[in-house]
Amino acid sequence: MSHLAPQTEKNFKLMEQVAQKTGSDSKLETCIQCGTCGGSCPSAMDMEHTPRKLFALLRAGEREEVLSSNTPWVCVSCYFCAVRCPQEIKIPDVMYTLKSMAVAEGAYRDSTASDFSRTFVSMVENYGRSYELGLATRHYLRHFPLRLPSMAPMGIGLLSKKRLNLKPKKIQGIKQLNAILDRAKELEAA
Amino acid sequence: MNTPKERIGVYICHCGTNISAVVDVEDVAQWAANKLEHKGVVIARDHKFMCSSLGQELVENDIKELGLTRVVVAACSPHLHEKTFRTACERAGLNPYLCELVSIREQVSWVHSDKVVATQKSKAIVSSGVERLIYHEALEQLSVPINPATLVVGGGIAGIQATLELADAGSPVYLVEREPSIGGHMAQFDKTFPTLDCSACILTPKMVDVGIHPNITLLTWAEVEQVNGYVGNFDVTVRQKARKVITDLCTGCGICIEKCPKNVLDDIYEVGMNYRKAVYTPFPQAVPNYPVMDLDNCIYFDTGKCKACEKFCPTNAIDFEQEDEMLKFQVGNIILATGFDLFDARKMSNYGYGRLENVFNSLEFERMCNASGPTEGEIVLRDGVTTPKAVGIIHCVGSRDKSHNAYCSSICCMQSLKFAHLVEERTGAHVYNFYIDIRTPGKGYDEFYNRIVEEGTHFVRGKVAEVTNAARQPDEKKKLIIQVEDTLIGKQRRIPVDMVILSAGLEPRHDAKEVAKLFGISCSADGWYIEKHPKLDPVATMTDGVYIAGCVQGPKDIPASIAQGAAAAARVQGKIQQGEMLMEPIRASIIEEQCSGCRICNDLCPYNAILYHDATMTSEINAALCQGCGTCIAACPAGAVIGTSYSNEQVLAQIEGLLMDVSV
Amino acid sequence: MSKYLYYPGCSMEGSGKAYHNSLMPVCEKIGLELQEIDDWNCCGATEYLGINKIPAYALIGRNLALAEAQSNGAQDIVAPCSACYLNLTKIDSYMAKKNGVDELINDALSAGGLSYEPGQLGIHHLLDLIVYEIGLDTVKEKVVRPLTGLRVAPYIGCMAPRYDYAKRWSDSEHPLELDWLLGALGAEVVDYPLKTHCCGGHMPQIGPDTAYELIHRLVDYAEEVKTDIMVAVCPMCQMNIDAYQNETNQHLGTKHKMPIVFFTQLMGLAFGMRERDLGFGSELVSAKEAIQKIGSEVPKKKRKKKDKFALPMPHPLGNGILKNGTNGKELILPTEGRARGGRA
Ligand SMILES: Cc1cc2nc3c(=O)[nH]c(=O)nc-3n(C[C@H](O)[C@H](O)[C@H](O)COP(=O)(O)OP(=O)(O)OC[C@H]3O[C@@H](n4cnc5c(N)ncnc54)[C@H](O)[C@@H]3O)c2cc1C
Ligand code: SF4
Ligand code: SF4
Ligand code: SF4
Ligand code: SF4
Repeated sequence: MSHLAPQTEKNFKLMEQVAQKTGSDSKLETCIQCGTCGGSCPSAMDMEHTPRKLFALLRAGEREEVLSSNTPWVCVSCYFCAVRCPQEIKIPDVMYTLKSMAVAEGAYRDSTASDFSRTFVSMVENYGRSYELGLATRHYLRHFPLRLPSMAPMGIGLLSKKRLNLKPKKIQGIKQLNAILDRAKELEAA
Repeated sequence: MNTPKERIGVYICHCGTNISAVVDVEDVAQWAANKLEHKGVVIARDHKFMCSSLGQELVENDIKELGLTRVVVAACSPHLHEKTFRTACERAGLNPYLCELVSIREQVSWVHSDKVVATQKSKAIVSSGVERLIYHEALEQLSVPINPATLVVGGGIAGIQATLELADAGSPVYLVEREPSIGGHMAQFDKTFPTLDCSACILTPKMVDVGIHPNITLLTWAEVEQVNGYVGNFDVTVRQKARKVITDLCTGCGICIEKCPKNVLDDIYEVGMNYRKAVYTPFPQAVPNYPVMDLDNCIYFDTGKCKACEKFCPTNAIDFEQEDEMLKFQVGNIILATGFDLFDARKMSNYGYGRLENVFNSLEFERMCNASGPTEGEIVLRDGVTTPKAVGIIHCVGSRDKSHNAYCSSICCMQSLKFAHLVEERTGAHVYNFYIDIRTPGKGYDEFYNRIVEEGTHFVRGKVAEVTNAARQPDEKKKLIIQVEDTLIGKQRRIPVDMVILSAGLEPRHDAKEVAKLFGISCSADGWYIEKHPKLDPVATMTDGVYIAGCVQGPKDIPASIAQGAAAAARVQGKIQQGEMLMEPIRASIIEEQCSGCRICNDLCPYNAILYHDATMTSEINAALCQGCGTCIAACPAGAVIGTSYSNEQVLAQIEGLLMDVSV
Repeated sequence: MSKYLYYPGCSMEGSGKAYHNSLMPVCEKIGLELQEIDDWNCCGATEYLGINKIPAYALIGRNLALAEAQSNGAQDIVAPCSACYLNLTKIDSYMAKKNGVDELINDALSAGGLSYEPGQLGIHHLLDLIVYEIGLDTVKEKVVRPLTGLRVAPYIGCMAPRYDYAKRWSDSEHPLELDWLLGALGAEVVDYPLKTHCCGGHMPQIGPDTAYELIHRLVDYAEEVKTDIMVAVCPMCQMNIDAYQNETNQHLGTKHKMPIVFFTQLMGLAFGMRERDLGFGSELVSAKEAIQKIGSEVPKKKRKKKDKFALPMPHPLGNGILKNGTNGKELILPTEGRARGGRA
């Protein structure tokens, strides 16, 4: 961090905005910076900021630094932090909010994770089910093409054990599902 | 329109700017003078501080000069100044109960921001006060004699202090303690912060004093069963559990204990770290020092054989036939000093207490440090022999945690620092203290913190996430690993140690709610007993004659517990010296003819003030016990209960007043 | 037979096939009738939530709404996948708070002609259903081939007991339900402190290095305590530890070879069913060798002589023993009990 974020109203309100987007009982504002979350997190070693640090940055209005952080993307939703946080902050929900804000503002630095989520979502929207083979190949081709050959034995293994379907399944009510999702998206934007 | 029969004065207080910043007080006063004239208001004024002597004089002069027969003051809560204005009225010759204080601060200016609305609401409140006041009656205070004896419940340091203060002042005291000996938690410790003096050395002289004081009746192995009556005259029933030892004959020689073949894990005094016998005294310096028999574990009561104690007792003091006894006596006041329980650290499964051998809770560690404890003061691992090379002390276990107790337990920072010192001094081990904040606000406390810092303790700022035995690195093998975010560097750390001490928080006694009910007092949501006023009256309760001291009121250290014990005693002694006391005449009473004898009110009364007469098949209210809460009035299906100051007319008039159209 | 609505989740048709294939005959055996929710959709796993909140909630809402509409006579919903279970309970509990979320979701659902009233149907994970509704006594009755000699590590993973929205588990970090169940099958259950640690979740896709490290930790400790086989209750956990173990080895230079199967597969074995009817053989790290240990002699534990200096341990809380004959509801849960050290 070379310089501090300017204390503009927008930055200043960052914490409030995230809390509000997360839901009324996110309790994010009550964080006492105890570090239980950062201590619990199995992904902490790969995070640019521990969850606690991220919340301190939120409070300080460091908008860019927060939204470009890889922290929410490497969160594995293990809920250790959530059950241990002494302030009962729903930390994984906050992580989801930060991801969706980062996606909306295109603020993330590495697109591996967000692309994976988006690929997943588009599968769901097209078929109503997720489709492991399509998901994995499409994702790996794009982000880890060099690793793909090394993954091949596993893929073949899974295929030969009939653990991957070659064709995606589609639900019957896909239209109904999309109507629901479209309406939900409108509500979210409102 | 009838000419009103009362002459009423209305006074609106600015409370500096507390009220006037939000309420247009002048407008309220003017409005009252105009719009409530037909109700009898003859004068309405506003004043910057009604409670000042000038403000009070204003009321007094008006009573004398304008011949006021009723007074309404709109100001702060009646809790604070009702007495002030009643006394002012009395000075001017008006019965004090013809004065009504309505709140436009707590109920209006502190909870609203819109000035127009706030002003209107104030008018409605003033109007309701005037309407209600018209129905007030002149009342006389009740006077009750005060029994000079006092009951102290709980013989921890707070109860001991209160007992000694009263006894030294010449008043008789009954001290009831549930365990075989007095002493409380303090008797379990080795050293006490911040001066590190030996706990037993400062405690036992006081315990001995209690044991021999002529004014003290010490009842240990006993519990209060029933409390009736009211301030000045409580009837108390105490169950003296059968000791199976005749105390008049017992010399305290301890031969029975020695001969008893049954070892029992002592869950209380030794916190499960050591064994005692089935006939036992909890520790050598116990007061009184005659033993008790633990019937659940006695071999004779289980199998019908043994009686070793009886055989060997040189004075024939063992009596297997002895039964529980009910003792009845009267006291004028009661002090509750039943202390605290330790938070059960097993509830935080991430810290592994109960699962991982070398995780100890703070009381276990106190016992370990104590020369009379299971290791005779040696700090060792659960195997009983290995000295730890690295020790982690975790602060705030179960405290400041909304999943458990949201409050700060206030003593555990200092206690953790004390532990750091003891470990360092006795083992030379590396000590890590894991804290969220270090809270050392007492006298000499921060100096103590500095001393521990200088001694080389490693302080890590972060609430520990977990204690685990799952090693990742070779240096973690066979260790306990403390995983924590060191928040000052923003990184997760894993620190291998041999021993972990959990500074568990303080909790209300597991039976605090039942005990509170027995004595007619209330607990906060957390379970601590509620004081009459958090700042101004910390040792009294809402129930006259019942006081609290020590950790029952909330977590605190020994100096504060002693101070409260002494303070409660001083309050009681003051009452005793008055000989009698005046009581508020706000009371309920039952119209005998209307009472159907349904008994609905009997159990509802929170002060146990209602008794039932079998002969007449009606209920009656004991005026001295009744606190005028009104529960029975609302509950009575026959409408047979009436309350002074809260009659139906008064309440309906009050509602009428509130509903008045104040916008015109 | 008690009837339940069955929400399989996407992986049951693919990577979690062995789970599906084994739970069907096992459920039948213990009297669980499963009625698959017709035309269910994906629950969104952990991905959709990170893109759009309300649509992600609505996605789950559709499943709940379908279940409610199709429930006739069925008692509750059961999900075998922990991520699905978590998502279903989470949305149900958020909606039950009635603070606006319920209205938003129902608004979206109405676009598809659906609606859902939270709190009407209980939502279970298959494991809690078996332990608490069917009861371990029933399970024990069906055991014809106890898993004696098999050292199993009970691996619950994170999303079943956390965040325990439906309040079903004995503890959210060290739950004992799987230990009890495996114990009832006659297996030797190892003390596995990592039982609810993370399997890596979606990390194999987005940060493989993190995933390898997490998988390594789990397997390494299991090996350390001489586990024959790990037991999973979630298709994602099983997939990560099984399918990515080889990659983990390549990447970290380790030589792990730890089979992991679903608890229903072991139940089937104990019930005397045939391996191939239970999906055995579809795991990438073969369970064959481990399975052969069943029935082998258990070396008698040397009774540790009580050390005369040793200090007593605290009483265990609820010490994990089910009272006889109960269906588990009267279980002594680990949050009860008073601190030792509180004076009486
Ligand atoms: C591990 C630890 C270390 C500490 N170290 C220090 C220190 O170094 N310095 C310091 O200043 N403070 C210390 N404290 C705080 C100290 O323990 C308390 O301030 C003090 O014990 C409070 O005294 P008390 O009389 O209020 O309560 P207690 O000590 O709890 O005594 C209450 C008594 O009431 C009895 N009782 C309970 N219920 C009933 C009932 N219903 N009927 C009859 N009797 C009943 C109990 O048996 C007990 O004897 C420490 C606390 C802990 C947990
Ligand atoms: S655990 Fe909770 S209170 Fe503590 S730092 Fe994390 S979010 Fe804040
Ligand atoms: S839920 Fe996410 S942030 Fe919280 S501990 Fe797990 S991985 Fe870390
Ligand atoms: S042996 Fe008798 S005299 Fe001695 S302590 Fe026991 S009861 Fe008292
Ligand atoms: S006194 Fe210290 S250790 Fe105890 S709860 Fe308060 S901050 Fe935590």
